[in-house]
Amino acid sequence: MKLIIIAGPPSCGKTAVVKQIIKNKGNSQQIAYLKIDVTRAFEDEELKQEFGIPTKKVYSGDLCPDHASVMVMKDAIEWAGEERADILIVESAGLCLRCSPYTTQSLGIVVTSAVNGINTPLKMAPMIALADMAVVTRIDLVSQAEKEVFRERIKEVNEDIDIIETNAVQGTGMRYLLRAIEECPDIHDPDKINLRGAPPLGVCTICIGKTDIGWQKHFGVIRKLDGADYLYRGD
Amino acid sequence: MNSEMIEEITVLSGKNRSGEPENFDEIIIRPGDTLSIVGPTGSGKSAFITDIEIFARNDTATGRTILVNGEHPPEDYIRDPAKKPVALITQNTKCLADLKVHEFLEMHIKSRRIAETELTGKTIDLANEFTGEKIHPDVKMTALSGGQTRSLMVADAITISDTPLILLDEVENAGIFKDRVIETLKEYNKALIFVTHDPMVSLMSDRRIVMKNGGVSGVLEPNGREDEALLKVIELDRIMCRMREQIRAGEMICGQVFT
Ligand SMILES: Nc1nc2c(ncn2[C@@H]2O[C@H](COP(=O)(O)OP(=O)(O)OP(=O)(O)O)[C@@H](O)[C@H]2O)c(=O)[nH]1
Ligand SMILES: Nc1ncnc2c1ncn2[C@@H]1O[C@H](COP(=O)(O)OP(=O)(O)O)[C@@H](O)[C@H]1O
Ligand SMILES: [Mg+2]
Ligand SMILES: [Mg+2]
Ligand SMILES: [Zn+2]
Ligand SMILES: [Zn+2]
Repeated sequence: MKLIIIAGPPSCGKTAVVKQIIKNKGNSQQIAYLKIDVTRAFEDEELKQEFGIPTKKVYSGDLCPDHASVMVMKDAIEWAGEERADILIVESAGLCLRCSPYTTQSLGIVVTSAVNGINTPLKMAPMIALADMAVVTRIDLVSQAEKEVFRERIKEVNEDIDIIETNAVQGTGMRYLLRAIEECPDIHDPDKINLRGAPPLGVCTICIGKTDIGWQKHFGVIRKLDGADYLYRGD
Repeated sequence: MNSEMIEEITVLSGKNRSGEPENFDEIIIRPGDTLSIVGPTGSGKSAFITDIEIFARNDTATGRTILVNGEHPPEDYIRDPAKKPVALITQNTKCLADLKVHEFLEMHIKSRRIAETELTGKTIDLANEFTGEKIHPDVKMTALSGGQTRSLMVADAITISDTPLILLDEVENAGIFKDRVIETLKEYNKALIFVTHDPMVSLMSDRRIVMKNGGVSGVLEPNGREDEALLKVIELDRIMCRMREQIRAGEMICGQVFT
């Protein structure tokens, strides 16, 4: 079974890309789909209805969605195995701009919209830096120069990333994404799958429910408006 | 830079929305050619130029295939923007890049690894020939009007992207000097394809592709038979442009207008 992990900011076209993958690969391969979101998601119902494939969703709630995906990934691989899936697609909510959900033994795809402003690639750097491919959607709405400038911005974050430009609704330009999926090796040892890169350490007393404002009232990793970047205050 | 290498681009026919074959075998486009694509909204005009832009290989809704110099183009042409021989100027007239005009152009120049230092100024100057509203290098891209954005994107496609084939999707709606754009593009020996509803743009091109129900229903080659109509429409366009500028300048338009 192949594992594909798709991340990207809200409404950037992740599900549209997933649909194109299913349209093109669904006839020859069994696909299972898992959506990870914070509070609400509808994609599982939608994709089950449209394509008749096994789907699931999980809400991360208080947990960072990327952390939630790591927590459930092993269960998800087991579930997809029971469904006899050849490909498991995981769509992450992509709300945590510090973390990145890609694991080893997977194809990591970051989706980003070409009309999202020129600085988005810099703002979502971790999601791009650790991905194998970047799929740029809404390419139908921008001219050649804008495409090239956007591409340059992505390359600033990850020089080696493979970039694909698409109108994800029509499915243009998917040729090379489909090829990358074909070339992606199967999971060889589910017990050895790890998160790529180290997640940021970030436990403070706000994480555990203390709501006072001001760093003076908190412990753990703290922040001041001016001065040192990371401070640690023991309790 | 690619211009020398591209002798022709060939469109092989596909199917219309009802699955019937299109009414042509192949359309060959060479440097200096101008084609217009006409037809009602939803007839497949944008789909036609998108097929060319992405070098369709019987893998789009239309089933068309695009060849370069008679062969499937190398992957570089499609994936490396610096080698891609086609630039598409979309129907969308807003640029969302949060950059100043000169920053945007400089970034584009940098992405293409071009060393020429005066290219930014040259591009803005050229764009200003296409629009009546002067573009300033320090203004934000997001603040440009539709006409200014279009003008800048066309100028950019000529000077920076410098592709042998330029595709323009409904350029006329944006208030730019169409005849100046066409003349300039011809001067640079670019091949041009316009999606258009505009009589002047249609009549100025050598061939006219007529779209219907997602497919090409005919290719017209007037070969001079429309010259009379063209002269008339150019005259009318001059009058319209002059009036537009006068109205913009707050003038009254009285007396003889057909001069
Ligand atoms: N024009 C255009 N619209 C697109 C494109 N990709 C996606 N859309 C539209 O953008 C909207 C959001 O796309 P989704 O695929 O639902 O985005 P998402 O990233 O899955 O969104 P969330 O999972 O809710 O964060 C939909 O209405 C899509 O049809 C594209 O390439 N071009
Ligand atoms: N030959 C075809 N077969 C199937 N769908 C098509 C075909 N040609 C165009 N379409 C689809 O029809 C819709 C309208 O086409 P479009 O090119 O946007 O029209 P226009 O630019 O003329 O208004 C698009 O969704 C397009 O993908
Ligand atoms: Mg989604
Ligand atoms: Mg159109
Ligand atoms: Zn996180
Ligand atoms: Zn915290």
